[in-house]
Amino acid sequence: MMLDGGLQRNHASETERSGERSDLRGDRTQRWFSRLTAYWQALPMAVVFLIFFMLPLVVTVIVSFWRYNEYSIIPAFTAQNYLAVFDKCVGSLPNLCTTFATYLSTLKFCLIVWAVTLVLGFTIAHFLAFHIRTLTMQLVLALVCIIPFWTSDVIRMISWIPLLGRNGLVNKTLLSLGLINQPVEWLLYSSFAVTVAFVHLLTAFMIVPILNSMLRIDKSLIEAARDAGASGWQVLVNVIIPLSKTGIAIGSIFVITMVMGDFVTIGVMGGQQIASVGKEINVETGYLQFPIAAANAVILLVAVLAIIYALTRFIDIREEL
Amino acid sequence: MTKTIKRRGVTRRTLIQGSAMLAGANAITGFPAVHADEPVTLRYLGTAVNQSTDIANKVKQDLGITIQYVPVTTDVVTKRIITQPESFDLVDVEYFSLPSLVPSGNLVGMDAKKIKLADQITTVLSQGIIDGNKIGNQGTAPFKVFYLDGKHSKAFSKTPTEWLTLIPTTYNADSLGIRPDLVGRPIEHWSELLNPEFKGKSALINVPSIGIMDAAMAIESAGTIKYGDKGNQTKAEIDKTIDILTQAKKNGQFRAFWTDFNESVNLMASGEVIIQSMWSPAVTAVRSKGIKCTYTALAEGYRGWCSGFALPRSLSGKKQDAAYDFINWFLSGWAGAYLSRQGYYSAVLATTKKFLAPYEWDYWYEGKPATQDIHAPNGSLTEKAGAVRDGGSYETRMSRIACWNSVMDENEYLITKWNQFIAA
Repeated sequence: MMLDGGLQRNHASETERSGERSDLRGDRTQRWFSRLTAYWQALPMAVVFLIFFMLPLVVTVIVSFWRYNEYSIIPAFTAQNYLAVFDKCVGSLPNLCTTFATYLSTLKFCLIVWAVTLVLGFTIAHFLAFHIRTLTMQLVLALVCIIPFWTSDVIRMISWIPLLGRNGLVNKTLLSLGLINQPVEWLLYSSFAVTVAFVHLLTAFMIVPILNSMLRIDKSLIEAARDAGASGWQVLVNVIIPLSKTGIAIGSIFVITMVMGDFVTIGVMGGQQIASVGKEINVETGYLQFPIAAANAVILLVAVLAIIYALTRFIDIREEL
Repeated sequence: MTKTIKRRGVTRRTLIQGSAMLAGANAITGFPAVHADEPVTLRYLGTAVNQSTDIANKVKQDLGITIQYVPVTTDVVTKRIITQPESFDLVDVEYFSLPSLVPSGNLVGMDAKKIKLADQITTVLSQGIIDGNKIGNQGTAPFKVFYLDGKHSKAFSKTPTEWLTLIPTTYNADSLGIRPDLVGRPIEHWSELLNPEFKGKSALINVPSIGIMDAAMAIESAGTIKYGDKGNQTKAEIDKTIDILTQAKKNGQFRAFWTDFNESVNLMASGEVIIQSMWSPAVTAVRSKGIKCTYTALAEGYRGWCSGFALPRSLSGKKQDAAYDFINWFLSGWAGAYLSRQGYYSAVLATTKKFLAPYEWDYWYEGKPATQDIHAPNGSLTEKAGAVRDGGSYETRMSRIACWNSVMDENEYLITKWNQFIAA
């Protein structure tokens, strides 16, 4: 972000100077230096990225094309791993193959969780940004939203079990109120439970970036809209939502990538009866089938990137930042 | 600065004192004194079940060896041996993983000459014989993969050699765990796991190579399929098994699947599940919460498993000596008795017996009613006086093993199919 700004500024000053046709030596070195500084500043992050992100990714892609047997992977090119992932996927349509069924189920969770966290996150952020008057109170309440993050997400997830279980709090309450005759089974180890846990775990990831965008909205814009006779709804749709787009996009990326790659939440809350791509990869690596796991990981990456690409078609995050 | 100097001085002095004390301790207990001069640390890779701090403390006291546990899940143990063989000095791994590990050459054969009690290891594991009778040999039975041709051999030997693949630590015969209070009638067959009567109340382990075995036991018991070898199924057998499981899953038979030992405890204790695949210490854990849980002997027999110590190829010198000393110590009785109180069996019965009180030996190994309350190693009450171990004596339980945990020839195919089952 800073790098871009710096470069742009440099660029601007460059055109200005060349207009003046000034080619003083000292000036040039200085310019050269300031440009170099920007690269120096970006270097640590770039190195970290290269070593911990790019390199493993490249290795994953390479390994996904290797052969393997029970105890070793063999560096010989084969597309077999990808073919195995999509085995019988086209032929057996309209019946879904494992891969399609798994992705469909994960995408379903993605869509539901994204919609719920967006509505919830947006509403909470809106409340914090525009209905709480003092900055202190805003900070305190924002902190309250983050408090669940002080414990591990596994704990937060597991705490749903005594609540939703067959002999859990919800079932006991419903039974004692006489609303049901026997315990409701679908509360736990079901798609419902998975969705509840996801919403619980991920709403904060929506709140924070949206709140950040909203706090940066110039209040006078809203006043101006009011003065021009806009209703509350119109202010929301025409002023606040467009100006919160960046936050919404960033929050959405967080939520979508986390749901797509998850296997712990789906595993624990779904009683391991619901498939997820992450769990499949986990099982494969557990049995030393690294190449096919790598192929699965590459396909997952492509799927997530495609979703994010589609998202950035609607909102240009870089420009908004 | 002064602080550092001071600390150094103290360290040197305590070191000398410490080694003198340790040398003394060794003289008393009669264990080799090699580790007293310079403390040795062994990185012990394995699943958490055998890794008790009490054992580590006792080893420190007896041998002066520091045990540093690296607790991971069953899958990860195998993965670490293949991918990071330098990251541990000693590993506790299951026999069934050996066909995928030995060809890698990352583990070395254990030298029987250096294991004092090697010839006393139970024939249940070395030959598959108990009281002169043969034990079921379906699956990767320990006695099929007990010996190597040579120290660095990548092939198993059918005849006894000087080189052992593993030195057994713990083993057992697994069955179905049952909540008798919620089931309300006796359970005698594996087929009950898939009985629609327990719809939405049964669970299966989500580790393909073990889950498929429990399922096969249930399906065979129901008479649907007659397997050639449940532990080494053909593609057609895997297909049929998975079809039946998928159908059961779609009918809502299973409440959940589990991978972690603790998950099975929670499922059972909370009453979400009343019949499921289970491991013996998990049953003990449910019982120590005061909840009834049985580990019944079923008509079709048990699914056996065994794990043992192996050393990585890179280990040498002092660390290697220490590892052998530790393993010898492990077989010498204290550790065997300790783990027996959790419901496991130990490799050398004679030494274990010495370290168990007679009433404990009678309960855990002889299948006799407990004459006193039975306590777990942490002191919690496992059984009240008068209780009898589920399934009876050591001989009865071990002789009724029908199949062993295994890695099948069609392992890769099984995993693809298992993933399909989970996704269905």
